[in-house]
Amino acid sequence: MKILVTAKRVVDPDAKVTVKADGSGIETSGLEFKPNPFCENAIEAGLQLVEKHGGEVVVVSIGTEDAIMTMRTALAMGATRGIFVKRPDEQLDSDLTARILAKVFEIEKPDLFILGKQAVDGDSNQVAQLVAEYLGLPQACFVSKLEVVGTKVLATREVDGGLETLELSMPAVISADLRLNTPRLATLPNILKAKKKEIKQFDIAELGVDPTLKVATVAYEAPQQRKGGIKVKTVQELVEKLKNEAKVI
Amino acid sequence: MEGKMKDVLVVGEIAKKRLKKATLSAITFAKELAAKVGSSYSIALFGKDVKEAAQEATKFGAKAVYAVEADALENYIASVYAKAVADLANQIGAGFVCAVSSTFSRDLLPRVACRLQAGMVSEVMKIVGDAPPLRYKRPMWAGNVIATVEVKTEKAVFTVRGSEFDKAQEVQGVSQIVEVKPSLDLPQNVRFVGFAETVSERPDLTEASVVVSGGRGLRDKEGFWGLLNPLADVLGAAIGATRAVVDAGIAPNDLQIGQTGKVVAPNLYIAVGLSGAIQHLAGMKNSKVIVAINKDPDAPIFSVADYGLVADAFKAVPELVEEIKKVK
Repeated sequence: MKILVTAKRVVDPDAKVTVKADGSGIETSGLEFKPNPFCENAIEAGLQLVEKHGGEVVVVSIGTEDAIMTMRTALAMGATRGIFVKRPDEQLDSDLTARILAKVFEIEKPDLFILGKQAVDGDSNQVAQLVAEYLGLPQACFVSKLEVVGTKVLATREVDGGLETLELSMPAVISADLRLNTPRLATLPNILKAKKKEIKQFDIAELGVDPTLKVATVAYEAPQQRKGGIKVKTVQELVEKLKNEAKVI
Repeated sequence: MEGKMKDVLVVGEIAKKRLKKATLSAITFAKELAAKVGSSYSIALFGKDVKEAAQEATKFGAKAVYAVEADALENYIASVYAKAVADLANQIGAGFVCAVSSTFSRDLLPRVACRLQAGMVSEVMKIVGDAPPLRYKRPMWAGNVIATVEVKTEKAVFTVRGSEFDKAQEVQGVSQIVEVKPSLDLPQNVRFVGFAETVSERPDLTEASVVVSGGRGLRDKEGFWGLLNPLADVLGAAIGATRAVVDAGIAPNDLQIGQTGKVVAPNLYIAVGLSGAIQHLAGMKNSKVIVAINKDPDAPIFSVADYGLVADAFKAVPELVEEIKKVK
């Protein structure tokens, strides 16, 4: 089977991001970049399925040229080859991202397209769903368990109130949640091998995608900071404060 | 945007045939948006039998409540629901579609946006401006950045962050219920297999006025539930957890609070044995009063806590339960 997976380059999710003084964007100097954690789950899921059922994992990324480094991580994990579409984040929204990915899907015709459920920078959680609708395909989002049985996929979704299971016919679109798997680390020999793997590059004109955005981000600001509180010394003092000062119990 | 397609449609969420309270935040958003664009708003409920929920939805002053019923809507299938929502929006002239953010709306509304060729804004916290062109504030980077966005299309779709909009109050009079029976087929390419419900006697996390939450400091199932159950009992609280606790299988996934889990803003949030990672803070830092109990005085959770207690949770929490019993 052929599985298409995503690898978005994002700021280290454990770094505290700050806004530039003029509000035009975020301060990226000194920050480390990593593959989006949910994309790592998507890549790992693709690799595990291919190890079991045969086939290949193709990785796609959209971004500035630095994203190619992120794609190399996916290739070092075991993806066969990559597709890179050049387009900086500032000139993307979820809809354009989805239209680009839908086009790549049409070129590659995979059996499954597994994406991270959201990118930890934009936090929009829209792209997999949009891709599925653009392609008229079934979707299973926020997936924590994935199994291929013949031509079908059994997907367990983490939803409010419990776990839902869907059976999808392939081709299908999956968005990966964190508990789907534990992404593997690339080994040194594989990192070296990944440097030789093919990455095809496109810009969106070559793909024939209309670059018009539906949503534009016009300003960035820091959230309101919470005022620091106090330390209490004992449980009795805590309860007294909660009752008489905060009046919440 | 003259004349037509200015109305706002709220997609209500149903649990066990009842209207979910969280939907009331989306109604408040819809009222505000309708007032600003000079239109009105309606509420729609989708399912096989939505009569009870539709009745409940009539109490909030909507122009109409649409009860959209079909056999194909018995179980939630994204593509079927997306068609039903988009078709209704087109029929009634609603150019704005919104719902409170939940796993239901996050799964569904992007497909609706695609069908309407509308821009979509996730997790709206605030509408900026009093009249069009309006802008919207939403969190990015786990809430460390607030972005202001503009929707360039005529139509727009929103998920609304429940903790940022008060729940709509009931008003006098009732909205008219309009029954809609769309002709919808179940698709061949996807089938609902089953739902394993998390059974809990406690209030819903996103609706509870008190939340007690635990992290890896509580070690294991015994530690987590053994400490938090009595505390939640005495406060009538919901129980929440960090991602690490959920990953370890100590608590079910739908108790996860944070960037990729639930966002809560209760009157009182008690964080026990959790350090306060960025991803967790994103889900609870707008709580009205935050209490942190942690033995590490440098834990980041103390930087957002109104009341911090540096102590061993295994000693402090049982004491806390006894002290609360005394004053309640």
